[in-house]
Amino acid sequence: MNELKSKILDLLKEDARLSPATIATMLGAEEAEVSSAIEEMERDHVIVKYAAVVNWSKVDDEKVTALIEVECSPERGRGFESIAERIYLYPEVKSVYLMSGAYDLCVEIDGKNLKEVASFVSNKLSTIESVISTKTFFILKKYKQDGIIFEEFEDDHRLLVSP
Amino acid sequence: MIKDVEKQPETRTKPGGMERYLAAGARAIPPSGIRRFFDLVSASKDSSIISLGVGEPDFVTPWRYRDAAVYSLEKGKTQYTSNAGLPELREAIARYLHDRFGLDYDPGSEMLVTVGGSEAIDLAIRALIEPGDEILIPEPTYLPYNPISTLSGGVPVGIETFAEDQFKLTAENLKAAITPRSKVLVLCYPSNPTGAIMTREDLLPIAKLVEEHDLIVVSDEIYAELTYGPRHVSFASLPGMRDRTIVVSGFSKAFAMTGWRMGYACGHPDLIAAMLKIHQYTVMCAPIMGQVAALEALTNGMEEMHRMIESYNQRRRLVVQGFREIGLDCHEPQGAFYAFPSIRSTGLSSEEFASRLLREAKVAAVPGYVFGKGGEGFIRCSYATSVAQLTEALERIDDFLNKLR
Repeated sequence: MNELKSKILDLLKEDARLSPATIATMLGAEEAEVSSAIEEMERDHVIVKYAAVVNWSKVDDEKVTALIEVECSPERGRGFESIAERIYLYPEVKSVYLMSGAYDLCVEIDGKNLKEVASFVSNKLSTIESVISTKTFFILKKYKQDGIIFEEFEDDHRLLVSP
Repeated sequence: MIKDVEKQPETRTKPGGMERYLAAGARAIPPSGIRRFFDLVSASKDSSIISLGVGEPDFVTPWRYRDAAVYSLEKGKTQYTSNAGLPELREAIARYLHDRFGLDYDPGSEMLVTVGGSEAIDLAIRALIEPGDEILIPEPTYLPYNPISTLSGGVPVGIETFAEDQFKLTAENLKAAITPRSKVLVLCYPSNPTGAIMTREDLLPIAKLVEEHDLIVVSDEIYAELTYGPRHVSFASLPGMRDRTIVVSGFSKAFAMTGWRMGYACGHPDLIAAMLKIHQYTVMCAPIMGQVAALEALTNGMEEMHRMIESYNQRRRLVVQGFREIGLDCHEPQGAFYAFPSIRSTGLSSEEFASRLLREAKVAAVPGYVFGKGGEGFIRCSYATSVAQLTEALERIDDFLNKLR
């Protein structure tokens, strides 16, 4: 990855709505150069999607998020790939990571309520043949996500005018 | 009986008469123009105002530095330190100045930790200026050199610098201002408010004049880390200038530590010793918690500092280009975090422009005239604020300009 691309990513990670023209000005680069770097990264799936970071606790709809530790037996030749795929294809699954340590897959799942999550675990996840065990942890509060702090203490406390 | 009371001799406590108590110096210095503008902005109490008037970083002090201070408080580090500051902090500053700017100072005898760069400026001027001494100050400039000199009976002599020279001090203009009474030259580069810097080539002819006229230099290098083209050159690093220079700096700007009030001064042992005397009688020592945080910043915090500088640079480019696009001349600031665009094309004075911009466009920028000679016709805009705010501010200024035309 060249330096320009990594600087572009740093800026987009903070604000995905910056235009190529603005990014070019900020980095002292040509707009065409920035545009083509972004297109290239989109094509290579370096940039996968431009999505808003939402603080769901401020949204009225009830919603629960759980992290599930999944222990499973890998398949010969394919390791954890096919079982991971079987899990991540469910739309309620937000993320799936292969982990080192005491368990194998970490699955993040969204549900409307506790019951919905419980039913996903018992009816879908646990019934997959190679799944040995699951442990479900409900997230009670999010303080920080993707480098962004949800609390509002980082407001600007500076005097409006100072020397 | 009542008559006796009425006949009470006229005393100095007569209501309204208190000014008579004031020392001439205190009476002579004008209130800060920035303060006046601050009152104007604050009085409006309008939360939609975007302020480009802030002279401090928009970053909160990095958590690493804050954590070091918190930890030291928990450990009960709440005492005075030695007058000159914690020895380990002074050693760290000496290493830092050596590594970054090629300066070599003995942490034992040539360095003093102060309550912000501001105290270091005060000490330096008080240690040097006697009644009648002239102190040469390139303007437009950060404000305190002038009033502090006045308090000591000194005579501040402003030297106007110009946008055509990128607001650099030229040897020609300095020479024209030197008289037999000239004693001190103040250099504040990278400059607040213009963002100007002085390269080695720019400084060498100044050094020659300093030598010829036996001047001493107070070099305020608080923005030294914040340069975006050529690296900062400390005046003290020029041949023959080390003993003639008091370097003033601190942690406020580059390390985002304004509220901690952590500064320092370095110079010849004789000068530092005199400053130390004033310092020990006035503030005793800089607060220990700030010193601990500063030590952490120098020891483990350089990465955070570089990240902040990179971010200022991005916003600098955005703002300078933005001003040019909306038709305001803006020389390229190569240091600090201010742009200093010209508003002459509007035909308004900087004060009029700034107050109308505040009222009609809800953008606060500091009128250039408050920074002294050569500031009229310009506004100071800090770009230490978010990209979203800067973009919005530029749009509002553009609309405002269009209405004026």
